[in-house]
Formats: sequence, structure tokens, C-alpha cells
Amino acid sequence: MLIFIVRRLGFMVITLILASLLIFAATQILPGDVATMVLGRFATEQALDNFREEMGLNRSLIVQYGDWLLNFVQGDWGESLSTRADVRDLVMERLRNSAMLASVAFVMYVPLGIVLGVVAAIRRNSWVDHVISVGSLAFIGLPEFVTGLLLIAVFALRLDWFPSSSAIAPDAAFFERDTLERLVLPALTISLVSLAYIARMTRSSTAEVLSMDYVRTAYLKGLSRSRVIGRHVLRNALLPTVTVVAIGIGWLIGGLIVTESLFSFPGIGRLLLFGIQRRDLPLIQATTMVIVVIFTMANLLADILYGYLNPRIRFR
Amino acid sequence: MAASAETAPGREGRTVLEIEGLSVAYRTEEGDIFPVRDVSLTIAKGESFGLVGESGSGKSTLAMGAIRYLPANGRVTSGRVLLRGEDLLSLSDKEMRNVWGSRIAVVYQSPGNALNPSIRTGNQIAEVARIHLGMSKQEAHQRMLEMLEKVKMPDPESVARRYPHQLSGGMLQRCVVAQAMMTNPELLILDEPTTALDVTTQAVVLDLVAELKQEFDSAILYITHDLGVVARVCDRVGVMYAGEFMEQGGIHDLFKRPLHPYTLNLLGCVPHFSLGPRRKTLNTIPGFIPRLDELPEGCIFAPRCSLAEPECRVAQPPLVRAAEDHLTACRRWPVVPTPAEHMATITADLMQARGAAENRLLEARDVKKYYPVPTQGPFRQDKRKVKSVDGMTVWIDEGRTLGLVGESGSGKTTLARTIIGLVEPTEGTISLRGEILGPTTRSRERDVLRRIQMVFQNPDASLNPRQTVGQSIGRPLTLFGTPRHEVPRRVLELLEAVHLSPSYYHRLPSELSGGEKQRVAIARAFAAEPDLILCDEPIASLDVSVQGSLMNLLTTLQAEKGTSYLFISHDLSAVQHLSDWVCVAYLGYAMEWGDAGDVLNPPYHPYTEALLSAIPIPDPDVIQKNIRLEGSVPSAVDIPSGCRFHTRCPRFIGDICIQEEPPWREGEGDHWIYCHHTFEALVEMQKETLRLADHDHGTPGVEVQV
Amino acid sequence: MSASVDAAAATPVPTRRSRGQTLRLYGRRLLRQPIATVGTVIFIIFLLMAVFGPWIAPYGFEEQSIPDRLQSPTLQHPFGTDNFGRDVFSRIIVGARGIFLLGGTGTILAVLMGTTVGLVSGYFGGLLDEILMRLLDVLLSIPSLLLALVLLGTVGPSLINLILVVAVLYIPMIARVVRSMVLDLKTKEFVEAARIRGERDSYVLFREILPNALPPLLVEASMRFSYSIFLVASLGFLGLGVQPPSPDWGLQINEARNYLEGAPWMLAFPALAISMLVVATNLMSDGLRRVLQPGREDS
Repeated sequence: MLIFIVRRLGFMVITLILASLLIFAATQILPGDVATMVLGRFATEQALDNFREEMGLNRSLIVQYGDWLLNFVQGDWGESLSTRADVRDLVMERLRNSAMLASVAFVMYVPLGIVLGVVAAIRRNSWVDHVISVGSLAFIGLPEFVTGLLLIAVFALRLDWFPSSSAIAPDAAFFERDTLERLVLPALTISLVSLAYIARMTRSSTAEVLSMDYVRTAYLKGLSRSRVIGRHVLRNALLPTVTVVAIGIGWLIGGLIVTESLFSFPGIGRLLLFGIQRRDLPLIQATTMVIVVIFTMANLLADILYGYLNPRIRFR
Repeated sequence: MAASAETAPGREGRTVLEIEGLSVAYRTEEGDIFPVRDVSLTIAKGESFGLVGESGSGKSTLAMGAIRYLPANGRVTSGRVLLRGEDLLSLSDKEMRNVWGSRIAVVYQSPGNALNPSIRTGNQIAEVARIHLGMSKQEAHQRMLEMLEKVKMPDPESVARRYPHQLSGGMLQRCVVAQAMMTNPELLILDEPTTALDVTTQAVVLDLVAELKQEFDSAILYITHDLGVVARVCDRVGVMYAGEFMEQGGIHDLFKRPLHPYTLNLLGCVPHFSLGPRRKTLNTIPGFIPRLDELPEGCIFAPRCSLAEPECRVAQPPLVRAAEDHLTACRRWPVVPTPAEHMATITADLMQARGAAENRLLEARDVKKYYPVPTQGPFRQDKRKVKSVDGMTVWIDEGRTLGLVGESGSGKTTLARTIIGLVEPTEGTISLRGEILGPTTRSRERDVLRRIQMVFQNPDASLNPRQTVGQSIGRPLTLFGTPRHEVPRRVLELLEAVHLSPSYYHRLPSELSGGEKQRVAIARAFAAEPDLILCDEPIASLDVSVQGSLMNLLTTLQAEKGTSYLFISHDLSAVQHLSDWVCVAYLGYAMEWGDAGDVLNPPYHPYTEALLSAIPIPDPDVIQKNIRLEGSVPSAVDIPSGCRFHTRCPRFIGDICIQEEPPWREGEGDHWIYCHHTFEALVEMQKETLRLADHDHGTPGVEVQV
Repeated sequence: MSASVDAAAATPVPTRRSRGQTLRLYGRRLLRQPIATVGTVIFIIFLLMAVFGPWIAPYGFEEQSIPDRLQSPTLQHPFGTDNFGRDVFSRIIVGARGIFLLGGTGTILAVLMGTTVGLVSGYFGGLLDEILMRLLDVLLSIPSLLLALVLLGTVGPSLINLILVVAVLYIPMIARVVRSMVLDLKTKEFVEAARIRGERDSYVLFREILPNALPPLLVEASMRFSYSIFLVASLGFLGLGVQPPSPDWGLQINEARNYLEGAPWMLAFPALAISMLVVATNLMSDGLRRVLQPGREDS
């Protein structure tokens, strides 16, 4: 098991290094000169040179990359080009907000998605299954900005139950009525796609387990249906769901970016968009890297959890 | 059906299961089909009833319908199922659940899938006692350990703590049997419980079933396609065909004097293990099992029956009592020939158009194939090797067949793949007519590739699903230089050679049966006009009646074309039927080899002896030697020292077997044995063997070992 | 032997079953799934819109008419007008072309490249496979919308760039599907039979393996196409997709945000169009899976 974890960690580090290279390369193919872009077209040649010197832009790309990576690992994420603020503070603050939003969404869609998937599989080909299956196919197809706007139109503008904007203060406390209220609609928006995704995947893994010989054995042992499902089916059917949830975090992150922009929520997705609009290199690089690290770690955790829960891997 | 067997002597009041006029329907898109129609049987306490039939005969459906465990689209349409007089079909679902697992227990074919992979084996077995016997956790655990002892499980404590994937197939099947016997059920249903196991493991499990019968007094319904297995463990037999019983009777009556042409034919399809005059054709049954949506009028077997007369096709014949406890559905049963008469009319001597010259065609010398042990990532390098083939030498003469026999893990398939160049040997050489061949297909000349062809085990994967039969057979022709305009004609010739009509030309594999696919695969192999065809278990996955016709086809084609075969099989009867030379392999090494007549006659290598004793012979009167191999085949990573068979050898001598590699001992004629025992010692040990030449069964020279 | 030759020569080779019959079989299977059929029909309607859009649309998509701005749906403007007085109905019809062009071209590129990578990686294996798979892992380690944003943010959202980004994002998934099919098929006996005959790698790959990998590939491609619509629309909404004044649906929704209360039709109809197309494509690909790979559950 330890070897398994160490091996996975090793792969993760390699993947992260390559991903950082990709991100760095992607941000370096910016058309035009960074210095000109930041200081404006009318800056003097001297000012531009000074800027390049200051930012280390006149060194070779490989050196710049090495420097950047080393600094990133050490926690020095640089200074924002557009706001001159410390990138790390900025990212951390927004990350906290996004985490709040994501966790509200997470506790909504993960359990519900699993329950819907299991129910659909057990009642296979009944009307319940058809509703859940077709419904999940439909919701997977609805982009967040569409569902978000619909939710705003109905619950904020028409019914006035929740505010239409979620522009909380960047350092707002989580357990406050106002904060929570403003989290409901964006969290709901993010949840729908992931809910559908998890329900679909859980349905198929449960259906697969239900067709296994050992389920037949369990029934013919005279176990009641609830005991067969509870003791023999769920255990095996939910194992792949661990991985599915981790992969779903990719969707969640995509959803965060769109939803935060839609609801003006001060999270990391909106920070990234802000950075892209301002061509704020250090900001883009840091936000992207942070998200990639989190996503990769989630996948690693899921792998380890899967290995731990699965006796076939645990005892090899 | 009017007649049933409930009045057989000594059975009154002992009846456990009584099925009367049971019919089962499946709902399909094209309407209802009836895989089981108006079927009756009874089983008494302590009796085992063998339910025999080919695939599609409805034998499993009958059992599952009787205990009300059918898929969602299946239902029982008529009949009664009485378990000790209580009608199961009238019980509520909840009452039925209390019957399942306590009064009726079921054991399935694949032990690997029958247990939940994420629950410890012991807990799964104990679960039955907790639910049905109301035992506490400790009591149930205790009972579970007792049951594991009863099924002769070594070290029950540790087995109970393990997960299913940590146990071997034989051990798993014992666990499943232990689970089934926990409540001492009145009825035990065994559905092909040994089909997925090796022959030596099968023998051990069959012994276990026989012992359980003595100890528990349960009624047993034993479902199988294998007549040999039935002969070994059953008291009575019912032969099913396309959803109906053709014949029912006591095991001895039915095997000795079958009263239905279908039973007679089935018995004739199996190559009987015999050392008498060889090279007889096997029986075949023309035609196919009818589709359930187009059943013929009258007797359902009539279209394939050689005894059928016009009246057979008019009305469906009832099961009639031909003798005490012997029912047959044939209206012409009085004229059904005896097996001996039957065999005399249907079998013919095979053509022997073999070249007299004993030219050596192929030789594989000291072949080794080691694979790296799959490792866990870059941080731990496992230097050990899986020694799949560990230094084997075999040769094949022109126009002859070498039979390569062994259980799973013996390396027989790997050796074949090395010969043909699909895997590169770690050491050793392959030579064809004295010329050493390249190690892989890439390094061999086109003409060399043409000379060796292969027929694979799995018919479903042998043919490209997207290519028609004509394309599949035509491709080697085009590749090896047949002019393009001649290809279709040659394909038709080849189709004819494998007894398929020209209408198959444009069919896709999905439109063919398993046996037809194998015929196409054989035609494709012969299209290259090879010198040698490697047949890797080509008949193992087919029904017995199809097996027989394929073996006939292989022998006929060999006689016509003079092609050599390497025939790989785990089935000694089939190997004996087809081979001139035999090699018995164990754990990547040959144990015994030589002329088929010598290898399969005493003295044997102790492993060959054990294999022979494990074959289920389809004759209940044969009493075989009771030599059983304990444990399972050791891992090919850590091959035992000295003689690699010593860990399981029933003729184990002592330290010499552990410490020293045995010598190759040469016997009279062409016969070699790899053993520390001398030929004389082996003869002495194995002399209890006797031969019944004129056995009344009709198969000439059945060897009987007491 | 000679007798059989004559007999065989006399037997004409039977005529081959037409492809049409196979297609009709698939068609029948599809019709048994009413929901998938509805999805396919809607998909085809949108496809026709994409092809013939500019000729069907009652107005030009750039035709502004300030006096008619923000009109609610009427007979003249069935879906109303937007803040520039442009006809929403026409803009949706014409916008379909961009969606199909972008998503379709991107998906086709991804299928071509992903299939190549998957075939090579799965068939030849070894170090090459290891390297290719690691690289794909890297692409997969970055959530797709994030990667798209970073790439487009730097290279700029031109049409070509959008197509390339869609392709790059979906290569890994397609390569994986193809690779796993190849790994499975490679060990199948009919492929080994071809190797035993000494067939070239190209024959084995393109005649024996690829045709059998097509059904799952087709299903995967149709799934990817529906995701690409989703993605392109999301990018348009975020301002990093197609640029104004293009009638892109995502862009239209973005523009509609400010008129949610006054002119809800500006939001409703493009949103409906996107949802219908994506859902229809999903339903179609789900049906496709059942038609082409019967017996298999969701992948």
C-alpha cells in the first residue's frame, strides 16, 4: 500500500512539473512584448529596459521558468502586474471563497447524485429510471450560464427569494446569513451538471454490479432485497464512484469559473478571468497552478481511497 | 406429462422435489418463447439427479424456473413444483426467500464470481447461518468453521479471514459448497460446478460432492453438459433437448441401454478413452438444435434423427415408461439400437493417407519463455521471472499429430505461441525441416509464415467481426499469391472442405454458430496450404456433438492434405483420439512424452497417472483409480526445486525428489519419462491396472483401472 | 479433388448483402428508442439550420434597426429583437453555423489526432506509449475550461484558435478510448491470425483493428461534439469565444444579461437553442451507443 502511494506521489510530481511547464509555455506565447503591454506604448526605451531588468524578462526562457517554478514552490508567487498586490495573498483569499462555494455545492450534489444513480439502477427500466436517466442526460447538457441565468430570473427577479448577485466582501465570514444566502443560487447552478454526471456514472456502476453472479448468490442465500443492496451491492458499486467524484471536480472547477463570473462572486475563477483580461501573467500562472495542484491532489486522494477500500488492491 | 417416476421402488415418501408439467416462458421482442415445456421430474432424499443437455437445452432455465429465480422477462406459465409436498409456486415472495438458502441451496459454475469480492469469505458463509438459523455472530462463525472442515478445506481459520481473490478456484468452489451446506438444505442445486476447473481439481470437487451426498442426505440436482461427470456422481439422469426431456432413467440403465436416439448419439460423440483399435470416426448429429421460435411439428428431435419416420413428425410423442424407472420420449424406442450396434454402423475407419516416410517437420529445442513479474512502479524492481515455458523440447513428424496435454499453467499455449513466433523465446530454437527459424513473425520469411498456421480456442474472437467469411478465408489466399480472380473459387472449395455451403460466403461471424466459426477458422488456416497447424484447444468451448464433428473434420483434412498438427488440449480423451505422439506438460516442462500408445499405457509418469484417473469417463460401470492431486499448481515464479512435481506427487519418494532433478528415463519404443522412479518401479506400482476387452458397453477395449 | 473443383467452379459466388440492409437494421434499432429518435431529429434540424441558415433567416444577422430595439416577440420578429434591434430569430438560425463549424471542425480534428495517438500508443506500446500517455495525463490534469481560458487568453480568441483549442482539449479523451480498444483488440485471436500471416502493421491497424474500434469512437466523438458546444458557448459567454457582432449563442446570452428584466426573450431563445442542441446531441449519442454497441451499458 505504501509503495502504491509513493508511486502515485511520484507520478503526481512528474505530472505537475510537466503541467507547470505547459502553463508557463502557454503564458509565454503572448503576442507582443510584456513590458510594452504593462507600461503602455508611450513608455521610454529606458523605462522598458528597467522593467525588463526588474522582472527578469531579458533572461532566457528556461532560466525564467526555473526561477518561477522555484519561487512558486517556495511560496513566492510574485506581484500582480495590474494591481501590484501580492499574488499569493490575493489567490489565497479568493481560493477560500471558492472553497466555500464549492463545498456548499459538493454537499448538495454528491449525496444526491449517488442516491439518484443507485435508485435508477435498482428500478431499472421503470419510469423512475427513465426520468432520472433522461433528466441527467439533459442536465449534463445545460451550460451553467444558462441554468444560472434561469435561476436568477426565477428565484431572484421573480420570486425574490435570493439575491441575484453574490458579490460578497472578499473576506466575508462563511457562517453568516447574508453570505450563505448569496451562496445558494451559485451553488445550485454549479451542482446541476455535476449532479447529473455523478447520477449517470453511479447508475451504470450499480447496474453492472447488479448483474454480477455474487448478487445472484446473495439473493439465493435468501437475503432480503434491502440486505442484498445494502451489504452486497453498494459496497462494490460505490467504489468506482470515488474516482468519478474526483474526476467530477474538473467539472466543478469549470462550473466555478462560469458561475463566479455570472454571479460576480469574488472567487478564484473570477480572479483568473480578471487576470486574463488584464494579461496579468503572474496572476494567471499562480491561479492556474493552484487549481491544477488542487485537482491533481483530489485525484491522488481518490486513487488512494479507492486502493484502500478495494481489497483486491489492498492485498496484493 | 402422464408418466413420471414417482412410483419407482423404495422411493415412496422419500420424494424431496417433484416437478410436474413445468413450462417457462421468456418475453422477447418477437413475442414469447418457451425454453422449457411441460417438464416433469422427481428427486428423492439422498439421491442425485443429473440434468444433462447441450447449450440451449433449457437445463438451467428448468432449475431456475423451479426455484422461482428467473430474469425479469421470464415466468413460469404452468406446472407445479413441490418441495416435500409444498407448492413453491404458490408461496409469497417473502416465504420463498425463507426457502432460498435454507431449504434450497445453489452452487454455480464460476466460483470466482460467486462470492462478493469485498467481503471476507468467512463472513459471507456465516451470513447464511445468521439469517436462517438465527445464530449469534459467534455461533455462526463456529458453524462456518465446521463446514469448512467438512468440505476438507485446509486451514479453515485463515481461509475464512481471506478475501475471495486470495483463494484458488478449487478452494473457492469448496467455500461456495460449504456456504450451500450451512443449513443442511433439502435440495442442493449444482449448476456446472466444475466446468471452469482443471481436470484434477474437478476430480477433487466431484469426490467432495459424492461425500456430501453420503453425509447430508440432501437431494441433489446436478446440471451439466458432461456425460462423464454424470456417470461419476449421479444416481439418475434426465437428458434434455430443446426444452424437453428425451429420456430419464437410472444411471446404469441409461448409459448401458439408452432408449432414445438423441442419448445414443450424444454418447457416441464423446471420444471414449480407449486403447483398442484407434482412428475411428466419431458420431455426429446432423443439423442444429431448433430455434425456440420455430420448433418443428411432432417430435422435436425428428429432423435430426436417423430413425425418424413420417409419423414422428405428426404428433409430439409423450414420455413413456419403457422399463421400471426408465422413461423415453421416442415412439420407436423398441427399435433403438444398442450402443455397440450403433457404433458399428456409424463409425468408419479413418483414412490413413499418411506418408510412410518419417521426416521430422518441426523441432522446438530447449525452449524457454520467461516473463518479468509485473512490478509495482519504478521504485521496486522485481528481478524474478514467470517461467511460463522452462526448457521444453518437442518435435513433430510430417503428416502426424503431436498431442500436448496439461492443465492450466502448464505452458502449453505459450509453447505454441513461441513456435509460431507470436512471442519471442527467451532461450531455445525452433526449426522447420532442419532450418532454424527467426524468433518472431517479423523476422520470418513469408514462405515460412505460410507453412505454420494456427486455430484458436475462442471461436468468437477468431474471426474479424467486420469481415465476411469470404474475406476472412480469401485474405491468406491473396497474401500468399493466389491470383485475384481465382480467390472466390478457392474460397468456395475451402468452404466445401469444411462442410459449409456456398451461402456462407457473405455471412458475418455474428451470423454463425460457434462450431461454424471454428470451421471457417480451420478453412482459413488451410487456405495458406500449411505444413503444420497449431490447434490450441479448438474444440474446448463447443458442445459435445459439435466437438465430435470438428474432430472428424480435422482427421479427414489431415488424411487428405498430409498436414501435421500440434493439438493442444486439457482433455486427454480428445488428445488420445487425435494424436500419434503425446507430450504431457506440467508447470512449463514435459513430464512424459513419446508415442501415444506408449505414453497412455502403463507405466505412466505419476502426473499422467493422476490425470488419467481424474478424467470423468462416461460409463458408470467403470471404476477408476482414486489418485487425487492435493493443492493447486504452484506459481510459475517459484518453481519447486528438484522435480517440479514433487509438491503434489502421489508417488513421492523423499528427499531425492526435492533436491535432485530427475533423469529422463527411456523406455521401450519411443517413450520417455522424467521421474526418479525407474520404469520397472512404476510398472510394479501401477500394476493394479486391468483391462476389460469385451466390455458390454460396446466401446472396444475400455481400460478399467481398479 | 477434381470433382469438387468442378462443383465449386459451377457454384456462383452468392451476391453480397447490401450495406443498405445493415443501415436499415441500425435504423430499426434506433426507432425502438423514441427518446433517442427525438434527439436525432432535433439534431438534424439544427444541422439543416447550420447549412441553410443564411437563406432561411428572415433578416440579416447584423441588420440593426434602433427604432425596433428590445421588441417582444411578434409576427415580424417571432423571437423578439435585441438591444440593437436585431432579429433574435435570425441570429439564432445563422448562429447555428458557427456552432457546428467550431465544434464540428474541432471535434473532427481531435478525432483524427486522438485516433492516431491512440492507435500508435496502443499498438506499439513500450516507451512511446508510456511517454504519450504521460503527456496526455498532463493535459487531463488541467480542467478543460481552465486550459481553454489560459490558451485563448494568451493567443487570442480567433476562429482558428478556438478550433485548435477544442481539438487539443479533446485529443486525450479520444486517444484513451481508441488506445483501450486497441489494447483489447490487439490480443484478439483474429489480430494474432493476421500477424501469423505476416501482415504489415498498416494492414493490421487499419483493416483488422480500426474497423472494430469505430463504434465506440463514433459514440465518443458525438459525446465530444456535444461537450464542445457547451465549451464554445461557455467561452463565448465569458467573452473569450467568438467576438461580437457574431451571432454566437453564448455571446447573445452574455449580451442578454443586462436586459434580463426588460427583455427576457433575448435570454430565453438562445438559451433554449443551446440547451436543445446539446441535450439532443447527448440523447443521440446515447442512442448511438445502444445501436452500435448493444448489450453494453454506459461507458
